[in-house]
Amino acid sequence: MVKINGEKLNIAGKTVAEYLATTNYDPKRIAVERNGDIVPKTQYDETLLQDGDSVEVVSFVGGG
Amino acid sequence: MVKLIPTQEEWYKALAERHGEDIQKKFTSATVAICGLGGLGSNIAVALARAGVGKLILIDFDKVDISNLHRQQYKANQIGVNKTDALAHNLYEIAPYIAIETHCVRITENNAKKLLESADIICEAFDDAEAKAMLTNLVLEKMPSKYIIASSGMAGMGSANVIKTRRVSKKLYICGDEVSDVKVEGSLISSRVMICAAHQAHTTLRILAEQFET
Repeated sequence: MVKINGEKLNIAGKTVAEYLATTNYDPKRIAVERNGDIVPKTQYDETLLQDGDSVEVVSFVGGG
Repeated sequence: MVKLIPTQEEWYKALAERHGEDIQKKFTSATVAICGLGGLGSNIAVALARAGVGKLILIDFDKVDISNLHRQQYKANQIGVNKTDALAHNLYEIAPYIAIETHCVRITENNAKKLLESADIICEAFDDAEAKAMLTNLVLEKMPSKYIIASSGMAGMGSANVIKTRRVSKKLYICGDEVSDVKVEGSLISSRVMICAAHQAHTTLRILAEQFET
């Protein structure tokens, strides 16, 4: 299981990009951290999510 | 009538009496960068200047517009002035011994590292969601020793109580309700934007005081 924003999902083995494609997140408006470290945008395609990973997706909305 | 402002020693003593000497030393020796000087950034800057943060790096490419005055720390007679210059002027009136560095430029992936290299803490205070994400990713990837306090979700008339500070990881904090988009809500209300700015300013001061969210 992979924990994404606190929710356990059965997506171990998928890449970050593959997971994001199943969501409504806009890749231009997010930051993804895996086990406390930023996942560079250039590595979404090659970063494999593993059993036990904890992922935070921060999604930005406009206004300031 | 000539009005004399307090000396730097008197100024520091008053702050140290209010905040405690140990904490004030940390505030005074800090450099904080504020990226975007709108509703968030201008209010963050005022709070940090009043608290006695030693140096602020103020970055924005824009000029003061009449549409800013309902929520941003500018005055009617500053319309048309670069925000960097107008805010520096206002901050010097509030806190005359603060050090201020201004950059009237748009922050991009190419210039960010140079602009921000001397900052201990970076406050992301843009209005555009893609720019917020760009800066947050860039700081975490390229400047891993720095804290970034980003913001997301403070538009509209929603409750003040849902605006929070969340520590996402060691160096990343997010302030806001993470939902309220100005494109959906249609409005930015001074008080709600100021609450989010106050979260960012307070988080900055807590990090400087070495008091961290768990």
